Amino acid sequence: MAGTVLAVPAIGFSAIYGVLRFPNFALASHLTIGAFAGYVANSGLGLPAVASVVVAFVVAGVAGVVSDEVVLKPLRRAGPLTTAIAAIALTIVLENVIRFVFGNTLRGYDLPIRRDWQVAGVRIGPQQVQNLVVAVAAMVAVFAFLARTRTGKAMRAVADSPTLASIKGIDVDRVARLVNFVGMGLAGVGGMLIGLDTSIDPLTGFRVILSVFAAAVVGGLGSIPGAVAGALGIGIAEELSLLWLAPAYRTAVGFLAILLMLSLRPRGLLGERAY
Amino acid sequence: MATFAGLYALMALGLNLIWGMAGMINLGLVGFFAVGAYVSALATRKLGAPIPLGVAAAFLIAAVAGVLMALITARLRGDYLAIITLGFSEVVRLTASNEIWLTNGTDGISGIPGPWRGRVTPETFNVISLVIVAAVVAIVLAVMQRVRHSPYGRVLRAMRDDDQVASVAGKHVAGFKVEAFALSAGILGVAGALYAHYTSFIAPDMFTPLISIYVVLALTAGGTGNNWGAVAGGALVVFFMESTRFATGWLPQLEPVQVAAVRELLIGASLILVLRFRPSGLLPERIVRVEPESPLPRT
Repeated sequence: MAGTVLAVPAIGFSAIYGVLRFPNFALASHLTIGAFAGYVANSGLGLPAVASVVVAFVVAGVAGVVSDEVVLKPLRRAGPLTTAIAAIALTIVLENVIRFVFGNTLRGYDLPIRRDWQVAGVRIGPQQVQNLVVAVAAMVAVFAFLARTRTGKAMRAVADSPTLASIKGIDVDRVARLVNFVGMGLAGVGGMLIGLDTSIDPLTGFRVILSVFAAAVVGGLGSIPGAVAGALGIGIAEELSLLWLAPAYRTAVGFLAILLMLSLRPRGLLGERAY
Repeated sequence: MATFAGLYALMALGLNLIWGMAGMINLGLVGFFAVGAYVSALATRKLGAPIPLGVAAAFLIAAVAGVLMALITARLRGDYLAIITLGFSEVVRLTASNEIWLTNGTDGISGIPGPWRGRVTPETFNVISLVIVAAVVAIVLAVMQRVRHSPYGRVLRAMRDDDQVASVAGKHVAGFKVEAFALSAGILGVAGALYAHYTSFIAPDMFTPLISIYVVLALTAGGTGNNWGAVAGGALVVFFMESTRFATGWLPQLEPVQVAAVRELLIGASLILVLRFRPSGLLPERIVRVEPESPLPRT
């Protein structure tokens, strides 16, 4: 089930949209950053899988905060379009930093290969099950965080209305930094999960960004459970498309899904609420 | 090199029509460029058509693609439009890679005829190509300047600034949007056709989204909304790319992939810097102020 791997970055994307109100396409490069951070932790430093995932989360999260502060925040007042273009340019910059350091060759993690499981005649890769578990765990964690904790409530307040939230004494900038950390961190985890399933290279993030965006839009931008639902939906749609189209057209599925959704039901399946 | 500057200038002019004047972002530029290149290449290579006919076909088919794109993205907001148009250019590239029966797939199409190629020396061929490209740029620039100062140009700018107001004023906004997209796409298609005939070889992997970003950089740095800015920007970007090639000669210990990475990085970084510090570009759009005729006598 390829959709499961889209779920975690889609949650990050939706969360950032929900609070900051703009689709941050630089997610693509942070996904790649996380994947490579995990690679360095795993193949370079010999850390086990779980620790490497944590490293991926932290490194991508920090990169997200820094890149937002330095590049995107000053441009936010120039409007969403300029910010979107800057985010794409930022993705190019970060992707090439990775390419500079690691080159273009495909790399794999240093983990034992596991046999596919056979369940009722259907082959399921254990990695994909693990991805789904991580996705659901991330969803529950973020959901609970937003609904139960004070900081989560602050984030929802900022998502509703930054001006009113700051009147109440909530530091909007801090909330923005936090959501960038978590959102980009999740993207990094997603990158590592993709790498665990296949391999990684500087273009890992860019290849999936359209599908991640599609997952978030289909589920409803800003909705966390929507992101997971959307990811599974897009994953299923991509697999089904193989019945008619050549495998290379999978990205076209995401493209079509975004078009259809935004034209027919812009709110997405679960609507634009962060909880 | 100057020929490429001309091609980028041409593409920047196309982008200026749709973005600078009509206010709609199109990051799928390289998709129309690719469509134009393939149409002309196939027309001249497989159907044996003469080159001008190929270029004309490129214009038409690219314009049709532009109409399609405009129709399907009619309702999208600016930043969504950005990623959707980018997705469109990727779909074009994937189609070119996969429909081998049409496009030869990743092998590409080679041996595309060029104007008088083979009958003159390579240097003369380069000069001829430069002259042709320069002539096309001059024609398109002249047309664009006419458009800009015409009522049509004013409608486009009105749409850009606030399309609800333009609609209330009775302008058929949707129709104009489609038209602008089609014309802009057609210009990009012509640029693609010229590229194909100049370089004689095209392949899907050449048409990456990075090229669209180069064109955006060209227009933004040169001056969005200003046609001369588009031309200046095209020259700037090519100059920039060539100078990075020189600069990396000073860093001999880098491998080719690293050199390429540095170049792309600089392009991305430059775009961010221009957006941040001089978003109006080198030659900003000149706002023409019209003083209304006062019915009252000046006292």
